[in-house]
Amino acid sequence: MTYRTGYSRVAGLGSAREGVRHWWLQRLTSVALIPLSIPFVLIFGASLGQGRDIAIQAFGHPLAAVATILFLVAGFHHLQQGLQVVIEDYVLARRTATILHIINLMLCWAFAIVGIFAVARISFGLAG
Amino acid sequence: MNVNRRPLSPHASIYRWPLNAVMSILHRATGVGLAVGAVLAVWWLLAAATSEVYFGFVDSLLTSILGELVLVASLAALWYHCCNGIRHLIWDTGYGFNAVSVAWSGRLAIAAAIALTCLTILIIQ
Repeated sequence: MTYRTGYSRVAGLGSAREGVRHWWLQRLTSVALIPLSIPFVLIFGASLGQGRDIAIQAFGHPLAAVATILFLVAGFHHLQQGLQVVIEDYVLARRTATILHIINLMLCWAFAIVGIFAVARISFGLAG
Repeated sequence: MNVNRRPLSPHASIYRWPLNAVMSILHRATGVGLAVGAVLAVWWLLAAATSEVYFGFVDSLLTSILGELVLVASLAALWYHCCNGIRHLIWDTGYGFNAVSVAWSGRLAIAAAIALTCLTILIIQ
């Protein structure tokens, strides 16, 4: 039994057939970010302005590298989801909203991958 | 005549924003603002992975007065978003979603965010 009108189906309105996936992943990443924020903030903060050797030593440690990569994955996923909701709420023009959604996805993926690449390069000892 | 004497509410000039409205907007604002902090942190990591010269450039930018200001603001935004986010997670389970609880948990979240920001700065300096 569907309550949707024929017009709303043609116009693509209504359910996006995504269920609670967005909501649920936003909660999961938010819970993950609570513990993951702590080591990142402390390691990043402590190695700021201390020279490149200290930074490489700090983020080169396997535990720090893995914690940072997890932080980047959960963080940028959470950021992408949050910005998506902001665009959905405030940008009413459909074309503009679509363009912003694409830019949001591309930039969040790009920055997450750049961050992971940087940490991996440091941790694998390739940033000598 | 009677119409003019009726109270107008919320009257724009004397309207006081409720704490929860401000906190709700701040949650979104800090979330969007943290994009800046995230980009700066990734830029710094990339610089560390690239070269001595490039790292010196990015690191000096982030430790300049303006850089420090942005990073401290990002830190405060992170802890605020974290503390208020925990509040949201508790609400999602169905607890604490009444006027009394919401009033004290809001104040607690703000106090915790300030305390965590100060504590982090004390540890890392």
